[in-house]
Amino acid sequence: MTALLEVRDLSVHHGQLQALHEVSLAVPAGAVHAMIGANGAGKSTLLRTIAGLHRPTSGSILLDGTGVTALRPEQRVAAGVVMVPEGRRLFPSLTVEENLVVGTTSARQGPWTIQSVYDLFDWMRDRRGQHAAQLSGGEQQAVALGRALVANPRVLLLDELSLGLAPVVVRRIYALLPRLLESGVTVLVVEQDVSQALAVASRLHCLLEGRIVLAGQPAELTPAQIEIAYFGQTARGRNGNGRSGINGESGPPVSAAIQPADGTGQQEAPGGGA
Amino acid sequence: MSWVDAVIQGILIGGLYALFACGLSLMFGVMNVVNLAHGDLAVVAAYVALGVIAVTHVPAVWAFLIVVPIFAALGYVLQRTLLQAALNRGVRTTLLVTFGLSVVIENGLLQFLSANSHSINIGSLVSDSFSIGSQITIAYLNLAILVAAVIVLLGLQYFLSSTQNGRLIRAVADDPEAAQISGVSYRHVFGIAAAIAFGTVALAGIAFGMFSQFDPSIGSDQLLLFAFEAVVIGGLGSLWGTLGGGILLGIAQEIGANFRPADQVLAGQLLFLLILAVRPHGLAGRREAT
Repeated sequence: MTALLEVRDLSVHHGQLQALHEVSLAVPAGAVHAMIGANGAGKSTLLRTIAGLHRPTSGSILLDGTGVTALRPEQRVAAGVVMVPEGRRLFPSLTVEENLVVGTTSARQGPWTIQSVYDLFDWMRDRRGQHAAQLSGGEQQAVALGRALVANPRVLLLDELSLGLAPVVVRRIYALLPRLLESGVTVLVVEQDVSQALAVASRLHCLLEGRIVLAGQPAELTPAQIEIAYFGQTARGRNGNGRSGINGESGPPVSAAIQPADGTGQQEAPGGGA
Repeated sequence: MSWVDAVIQGILIGGLYALFACGLSLMFGVMNVVNLAHGDLAVVAAYVALGVIAVTHVPAVWAFLIVVPIFAALGYVLQRTLLQAALNRGVRTTLLVTFGLSVVIENGLLQFLSANSHSINIGSLVSDSFSIGSQITIAYLNLAILVAAVIVLLGLQYFLSSTQNGRLIRAVADDPEAAQISGVSYRHVFGIAAAIAFGTVALAGIAFGMFSQFDPSIGSDQLLLFAFEAVVIGGLGSLWGTLGGGILLGIAQEIGANFRPADQVLAGQLLFLLILAVRPHGLAGRREAT
């Protein structure tokens, strides 16, 4: 196996509810894998379990062939698995710089330092003394990304970067991905914005009710396949006539992302942005 | 003139209340633990100081240097074991566990050390004083305790704002889960916070033992209550609010005592209720603190 991050038959329960059903996944070094799916499909649960915040009922998580399933979240950071959580989750009473310093607590050796994060986001150096709560959503997302980068992750887990941010801000953040990859980071991104996921991913996985129902390179997948995988077979009819293209929060922007979707039109190059 | 004296005596005693309160405030602010055994731990510290002095014959003041580190270590161990186990089952469990701890400590002290009251003998220092004018007398001990309280709070403020561990304590207090995924072992940080809280409560307990008589039951009867009131009056999350809360509580009690000695505790309680009714987040606390 050459996968840097491997998930084997992972099952996770939230109390009585089984959130993930024997999910398996392998992310090779240097790749960007995207996980899409509707609300409640288990995307965030998968990412949080990989980060160590949920304990799986069964299955295992391997980093470079070594099991990390038994490690606490902070130990996984030291091993090189770092997550940018949904909703940023900065420390509001700490300054920007202090947030970054906390990120270095279990840092590995590597190219990322607080200074190189400041080089990546040039506004941040001037505002390092501000409290994180005073930043805009996009700025907070940048600090959250920086806080993860200073730990020098081998695998970076990005959970819903686009949540609550303007599309232009989202594109600007995703535009940094190539630079992260250059520094040797492997990325697993969870994203509700399907167009964004298609644009950045080398491989796409679609979760439906806790199971991976579709996986492949974005270019190989047809919009119809993605749509079925996203909603499940039963929802197909309901969605079929209403191609509104609304980039709503609850529904996926599938139809907006992949415009010429007639079910037959294969191999459509996914558009860069919505 | 006696009113001015009451205010001054209240300010002096307020330092002691602030010392009691800052550990309680820290543990609640960082790990959401309301330590109901806080007052009993202070009493234990006073007893341990008595024992240390009896065995080693060191001057009473040196007892601090021995007992405070012991309590800090005890705080770390207790947090990593009993309190963390309680936290893992939910914040409400910590109330039951610390209440149980309080009962066990109080009854253990009664069982093995009797209900007799004691005091830490510091010789003539307990009554030495100087006078301002003809009416106002300031005891050196009370003044020393107030100064110690201010120094402790200044030190705590510096520790929290400017050191690596202090930064981690603030981060964990903000969001323990986000701290974990940033590579911080929040359990260890909780332990550090508990060590500081226990160290300050030992300091407060020994100071109280020098200042007044103590017995096994005074911890839950009075000390916990006063610490709790000082925290609520001052407002959670603010060290200087805690000092202000302790001082206001002290002034209210002294003024109450000026009416009638029996009204001393009642006056403090009334101020506490007034603050709860008018300004539930405390004088210096943040509004979102609940």
